[in-house]
Amino acid sequence: MEYLLIFITAIFVNNVVFSQFLGICPFLGVSKKVETAAGMGAAVAFVLTIATIVTYLIQKYVLDANGLGYLQTITFILVIAALVQMVEIVLKKVSPALYQALGVFLPLITTNCCILGVAILVIQKQYDLLTGVVYAFSTALGFALALIVFAGIREQLSLVNVPKGMQGMSIALVVAGLLAMAFMGFSGVDGGLSVLFGLK
Amino acid sequence: MNNFKVLMNGIIKENPTFVLLLGMCPTLGTTSSAINGMSMGLATMFVLILSNLVISLIKNLIPDMVRIPSFIVVIASFVTLLQMLMQAYLPDIYATLGLFIPLIVVNCIILGRAEAFAAKNGPVASIFDGIGMGLGFTIALTLLGAVREILGTGKLFGFTLMPEEYGMLVFVLAPGAFIALGYLIAIVNKLRSN
Repeated sequence: MEYLLIFITAIFVNNVVFSQFLGICPFLGVSKKVETAAGMGAAVAFVLTIATIVTYLIQKYVLDANGLGYLQTITFILVIAALVQMVEIVLKKVSPALYQALGVFLPLITTNCCILGVAILVIQKQYDLLTGVVYAFSTALGFALALIVFAGIREQLSLVNVPKGMQGMSIALVVAGLLAMAFMGFSGVDGGLSVLFGLK
Repeated sequence: MNNFKVLMNGIIKENPTFVLLLGMCPTLGTTSSAINGMSMGLATMFVLILSNLVISLIKNLIPDMVRIPSFIVVIASFVTLLQMLMQAYLPDIYATLGLFIPLIVVNCIILGRAEAFAAKNGPVASIFDGIGMGLGFTIALTLLGAVREILGTGKLFGFTLMPEEYGMLVFVLAPGAFIALGYLIAIVNKLRSN
């Protein structure tokens, strides 16, 4: 039940884009078409889950074990960059179909701050490995949901007549703001659920 | 004179937030008040100036193939330095900005300037570029923070401008960040087209 609570909270209540402001660059950049948005969402879900496992193990068995906690930022970003490259190479060899679908998005992921952000958050929140993985995967699902919904709206947006100064990013940001407002409707759901599940 | 042009380029012509639309996460995430926006801007400027300087100094020593990883290591080192300095001397601001301080590493402005400017220019020009871009980012964040703070709580830098009951709380919360930035970009677009 605890995992279900983390799952729902990470997707709806503390949505990574709309309430934590992580991964805004791909959110605004790769959201012109629903198809590419879905591809990006899947790629992030894949890398984020693996990256969280790897960074968690490194933090626990390399950094903490040797008292090197202050190297966290440097280590994590390098590990994530290397990992993305490796995932790309392995995917190309093992599953060309999946590579075809996700390949273009993989290089973009290194600079996606939600990967590094979630890796650090899992350590800060002192989750154990399984909880961390559930958290990372649900965060990525939340990201994909936000991205796909936003892309759907932007596809419609390209058909309407927007005032000249507001065209492009400006109107997109206002739409994102309205979406964020809609997601605010979920706030408090986590508290209710934790009572319902008998966790509090 | 040339350096002055580089400086102004970052502040106005190629303002990283309003024109290039880079570094959106800290822009939206830390601007719930003017002072928070300004602290984030200054923290980013600190890293940007130092990383620009170091990268322009060592650019000839780095083989082209490992260019980007080397830049990231330089940037990450300065971010770690900043984290330690802030934890020691500015613990309150460090706690408020939280996750966004280590995330300066993945701020596209810094890697972007390293790649586009510092890797091609001398150290002095790179410092000016760092100051210009950093100031442009700081001004944008302070402005966005100020707008959100005034509309949301009726205050500016903590001073009351209008009774708090008149504030629209939504501007301090997440949706207000998107909407305020959207309209600020629209205003900048309008000004630039004139």
